[in-house]
Amino acid sequence: MNLVTNNKWIGQRTIRPDGMDKVTGRAQFAADMTMPGQIWGKVLRSPHPHARIRSIDTSKAEKLPGVKAVVTSKDIVDFPIEKGAVMLGIQDMRWMCRNVMARDKALFPGHPVAAVAATTEAIAAEACSLIEVDYEVLPWTIEIEDAIKPDAPVLHEFNKWEGKPSNIMGRLEHKKGDIAEGFKKADVVIERTFTTRPVHQGYIEPHACVISVAPDGKTTIWSSSQGQFMVRAMTAYLTGIPQSDIRAIPAEIGGGFGGKTIVYLEPLATLLAKKSGRPVKMVMTREEVMRATGPTSGSRSTVKIGATKDGRITAAHGTFYLQAGALPGSPIRGAAGCSFTPYDIPNLLSEGFDVCSNRSKVAAYRAPGAPIGAYAVECVMDEVAEALKMDPLDFRLKNGAKEGTKAAHGPTFPRIGYIETVEAAKASAHYAAPLGDGHGKPRGRGVASGFWFNAGGESSAQVNITEDGNVVVTTGHPDIGGSRAGIANICAELLGIDYKRVSVIIGDTQTIGFSNLTGGSRVLFASAMVVTQSTEKVIQTLRERAAKIWNIDPEAVKWDQGAAHPVSPNAGQFEPLTLKELADKAPTQGGPIGAGVQLNTTGADGGFGTHICDVEVDTELGIVRVIRYTAVQDVGRAIHPGYVEGQLQGGVAQGIGWALNEEYIYNKDGKVDNPGFLDYRMPVCSDLPMLDCIMVEVPNPKHPQGVKGVGEVPLVPVMAAVASAIYNALGIRFYSLPMSPPKVSAALDAGVKQAAE
Amino acid sequence: MAKIHVTTTINGEPVEYLCEPNDTMLDALRGPLGLTGSKEGCSSGDCGACSITVDDQLICSCLMLAAEAEGHEIRTIEGMADGEKLHPLQQKFLEQAALQCGICTSGMLVASDALLRRNPNPSEEEVRFWLAGNLCRCTGYDKIVRAVLETAAEMRDGIKEAAQ
Repeated sequence: MNLVTNNKWIGQRTIRPDGMDKVTGRAQFAADMTMPGQIWGKVLRSPHPHARIRSIDTSKAEKLPGVKAVVTSKDIVDFPIEKGAVMLGIQDMRWMCRNVMARDKALFPGHPVAAVAATTEAIAAEACSLIEVDYEVLPWTIEIEDAIKPDAPVLHEFNKWEGKPSNIMGRLEHKKGDIAEGFKKADVVIERTFTTRPVHQGYIEPHACVISVAPDGKTTIWSSSQGQFMVRAMTAYLTGIPQSDIRAIPAEIGGGFGGKTIVYLEPLATLLAKKSGRPVKMVMTREEVMRATGPTSGSRSTVKIGATKDGRITAAHGTFYLQAGALPGSPIRGAAGCSFTPYDIPNLLSEGFDVCSNRSKVAAYRAPGAPIGAYAVECVMDEVAEALKMDPLDFRLKNGAKEGTKAAHGPTFPRIGYIETVEAAKASAHYAAPLGDGHGKPRGRGVASGFWFNAGGESSAQVNITEDGNVVVTTGHPDIGGSRAGIANICAELLGIDYKRVSVIIGDTQTIGFSNLTGGSRVLFASAMVVTQSTEKVIQTLRERAAKIWNIDPEAVKWDQGAAHPVSPNAGQFEPLTLKELADKAPTQGGPIGAGVQLNTTGADGGFGTHICDVEVDTELGIVRVIRYTAVQDVGRAIHPGYVEGQLQGGVAQGIGWALNEEYIYNKDGKVDNPGFLDYRMPVCSDLPMLDCIMVEVPNPKHPQGVKGVGEVPLVPVMAAVASAIYNALGIRFYSLPMSPPKVSAALDAGVKQAAE
Repeated sequence: MAKIHVTTTINGEPVEYLCEPNDTMLDALRGPLGLTGSKEGCSSGDCGACSITVDDQLICSCLMLAAEAEGHEIRTIEGMADGEKLHPLQQKFLEQAALQCGICTSGMLVASDALLRRNPNPSEEEVRFWLAGNLCRCTGYDKIVRAVLETAAEMRDGIKEAAQ
């Protein structure tokens, strides 16, 4: 592949194509759309964590004036458990059909049991209250340690673990060498157990959709998601409408972070629209978002690492139990597969356990599972380094994965940039700077590393030259963080024209070829590949057109700076033909100019980052403040540095929230007690310092521009970096998240008490 | 159930609408008035995505009743640019990549504008505390704070230049 070398636009901080709409309020997100004649849908949700549904009587609701349709699980296509998995990507439709609407059992408070469409939201809500559900309330379990007990209430009776009904739904392991032998060789062995709480992705835009189903079945879905093709496919599966009849249009998406990679409302609204004959709009409240979507898993991890006196890791063992919520599918692959991957460890066993319990079904959250595992592994790494009296970055350098290292999850690494991130962290102004005087508030510094797989997969693009000689690029991935800006830079670079002449839009399911989810840090990696190949085809056409006009061989035409030029032996014989001129001549020289490419992209090498965190602790109140933070990451090639930094900074901010404040709190009835932004405490502007970024660029040799995914890595190291900084400040290691004021205060008080005794 | 008739001014233009007694200002803006630039993230005043000004006072429109707009001057994100000319904050947000998904951007801009009208020379800490009522989950706030500080400096320079 041709590596771009002149770089007029790649690496520039251009204005994003969708920016103007977003700073003026024009951009249309999911809830901003209205369809003619639309009515409103609402969901009735289970109040119980665990209950058998004996019967549902919707007759009173249906008689309420204004009610146009009611649906229950009977209306949704069933995927019987005994018939085996029906997979769509990583999602099993057996679980998806039970997640969008409870079938025989309600499995968490907030689990949908029925949905209503009515002429107003108020009538729809009133109708929900008239639906009579006869529940047989069952014992329930939420926390992992309770759910894996032998006598725990079992959510899915069909599931057996070691021969008995169990909430342990699956196990995964990555293995290398022999850990027993490896630990024998170690001089220092440290083993610790860690817990984390469920945390929500916290996108500001609640799930929403507006859906029309015409009498002939032609369906139009307007919704925001991390994949219009996922919306189309899941809706087709769950409603029985063929994909060819469903046009899923991607609205602008107000944040996803993994949480919008599955559907919640779309199948319900489609069925309500079909039954009522009217377009149906559904918008979740924040409380519904918190109770019934996401969050990621709570976890319980045990990590053991052994090393020799000279700082060489000889063996490691990780056991990661992750909460799947109501239905199987927690991100054990990320926890078990990513957590040790920054290191070259000869003997390794990394195990993940998928545990169901009566809370909402887990949804992907930025490097799913990896931050949970890294919190445990990186904290133990810090303790081993301390025991060896080694600088924690030197300890990582000594054991860092590099080209040729065989990762336990499979690949042997090509040229990777992990070591470079540690070296850059070590050489940074931040790492050299003194912590400074906290005026009575202890300060500390911590470091941590992280890895995420990154993904390739299916993408499609169409590059068309307009009649007036400009460019429209259509791709199939919702743009959450600025991917359109990166695509414009790449296309403008290849064509040699001003980036403002390139319009980038996201097509709907019926106007662009299949494109997999916006997830796995794959969008710019994969989009760049299909856009590059499409643009190269367009350039080939443009060269052929010029050659025809000049009556020379196409091979004797080069494309440079937005124009076709004759090269030897014809160099200088003809005036260059610009894109505009060739577009103008297109009707008489062969017709429209454009090209599309569809690929299953490969070569998305994993990403690595190393972070430095400084904290200051108010020991009176137990409040930890992050006062300085630097995220170092191998980004491959920063196509638009502003949005690459944005990914790093956003990931760090989410990690600081996870480390210090965010958690689902369940009350004694098994319900989430903090389902709103006031009590679920995400970082606000005054909680954070500036977030410094060091972008290390080790280009991906398998990518035309050297791109590596960047979106997920930056969340992975954060909690460990913060925990080690707090340890450095206080001498207290926290083995559970969040390290919130009550927990920090209690630990400080316990220390004072111990000292007094 | 009788609807309430409201006469008010939105972005400098006289406006009339009918609302239910329990409709919020945000309901009125996003519904009958079609001004969907103000977003609903929580409807409890915690996220700031629905920020507007009422007589130059910054508020969450989800915490105000639509009927309360009678006789007041409302400004929303849709009124921030002067025709084709962006407000300097809007321009700076674009240049500095101070937005990612964009759902918080309307509220951030309205809130930042309200800050600079009150305090043309805010410190970083003042910007951070002023914007603490506007949640952004994408950016970590870094580029937003920088954009506001830089816009403030440029607007001060502009005023100085104009005075010379």
